Amino acid sequence: MYELLKNLDRRWIFLMMLLCVSVPILLQSRFPEKPTGLAQAVFDEIDQLEEGDRVLMAFDFDPASEGELGPMATAFSYHCASKKLRMYYMALWPVGPQMIDEAIRNVVETDFPDLVYGEDYVNLGFKSGGEGVIKVITTDIRQLYTTDALGTSIDAIPMMQGVDNIRQMDLIVNVSAGTAGTKEWVQYAVTPYPEDLRIVAGCTGVQAPLLYPYIPDQLPGLLGAIKGAAEYEELVMSKYGEDVMAGIYSEARRRMGPQLIAHLLMIALIIAGNVIYFTDRRRGGR
Amino acid sequence: MKRTVPFLIASVPGFVLIVAYFIPPAEGWGESVSIWFDVLAAIAFILGGGNLLKVHLRKIGKQDTGWAYSAITVAAFAITLIIGLTKFGVHPNAQFPDTAHWTGQYREVGTPFWWIYEYAFVPLTATIFALLAFYVASAAFRAFRARNTEAVLLLSTTFIILLGRTFAGVYLTGWLPDALSGLRIENLTIDIMRVFTTAGNRAIMIGIALGTASVSLKILLGVDRSYLGSGDD
Repeated sequence: MYELLKNLDRRWIFLMMLLCVSVPILLQSRFPEKPTGLAQAVFDEIDQLEEGDRVLMAFDFDPASEGELGPMATAFSYHCASKKLRMYYMALWPVGPQMIDEAIRNVVETDFPDLVYGEDYVNLGFKSGGEGVIKVITTDIRQLYTTDALGTSIDAIPMMQGVDNIRQMDLIVNVSAGTAGTKEWVQYAVTPYPEDLRIVAGCTGVQAPLLYPYIPDQLPGLLGAIKGAAEYEELVMSKYGEDVMAGIYSEARRRMGPQLIAHLLMIALIIAGNVIYFTDRRRGGR
Repeated sequence: MKRTVPFLIASVPGFVLIVAYFIPPAEGWGESVSIWFDVLAAIAFILGGGNLLKVHLRKIGKQDTGWAYSAITVAAFAITLIIGLTKFGVHPNAQFPDTAHWTGQYREVGTPFWWIYEYAFVPLTATIFALLAFYVASAAFRAFRARNTEAVLLLSTTFIILLGRTFAGVYLTGWLPDALSGLRIENLTIDIMRVFTTAGNRAIMIGIALGTASVSLKILLGVDRSYLGSGDD
């Protein structure tokens, strides 16, 4: 056994990882989710808003991180649409508009056909400049956004009437895969205007530790990676989504199956690696 | 002159932004400078594209090692750029069906640009990201050793986080009574993130902030001009 482990080719590890990820997907394995305080805080921040309140949906991610962030973007859109909040979508990442398109196409247009573009939701599209964009639109949104993503003049969009800057938003919902993302929204939007702006966010696993220092004053709620998404999805769907529990609205919880088995494999590999290490030491090896 | 003008371009807006932050009547100046920044950021895309072409065309010209990859990069860049800019295959805007095709959306479902995005960009980027899982597993097996006390602490934390971020944490320690709920793995995970990770990150962030302030002042005052290059070319 020792010799087998010591000479284990890494291609066997790759194969084990492949099986650990694919088998739960094929078997549709599901595990219960128990929401933590941070997921509950995100849910409560959105849930306490009233019908017609303005929410800035900043989708700052791309297809590379869609695996982690796509399901939470879907759940955010579903939650806001269920509450009939007015959703202002925008992106600081070049392929963010495609992520917005996906959320609008799969959630808003499919399950909320009564919501009207321009009255209930609008896609402001991508603007380059990262934190520079955030700084400008906190004081004057029209300096940068003269049209929406479809080329319609901002002034011709009913839900943009009376919106001069994003400080008039009741909440910022940010889905972030890096820079520019949640950190920049906290630093350049929420921190200078603590009386006007609040933010909740969902981010990748590697980003989450960097955002914890902002919790809870500057960032009341945070969804960390697919686990956070699954907890939030559970909260949203148990309250609003009895009829649509399957499909894209269970995607985060479905992805927790492969994550569980893959994590167990990682633990097993680390233990096996250390067994080899200590056996070597006992035998006077390296 | 070659160094003074770029220095002034960097320095003046920097000071304007500082002044605008502390003096409310000067907020408008700060806003103008921020808009310049956004315009420059858009122009940087052109600069980036030009640089990409320069580097890879040189490599192709010299037939350096791996020049075929450069050729693929340039071809992919050119095809995507041309299709995106010309809105090739895009239908006219539904509101104005009699207008030219470029009134339509380049991201429209079914267009060549959408096809490139959906069937080339998305699978490629997702695949690269997903490969991490395989390499991390292999690296964990070969390198994650309990060599000393620090490594043991790191390993213990790893196990707690790996279990706590899945249902395994709840399953293994969910039986603990409420009085000992702090020892449940999912709660230990939260505490590690909330206390140790936060404390460590705050220390790092404060250090970075102090360093950034110091370097920024050196740049704004012209003490550090290394970002301007050597000035020879």
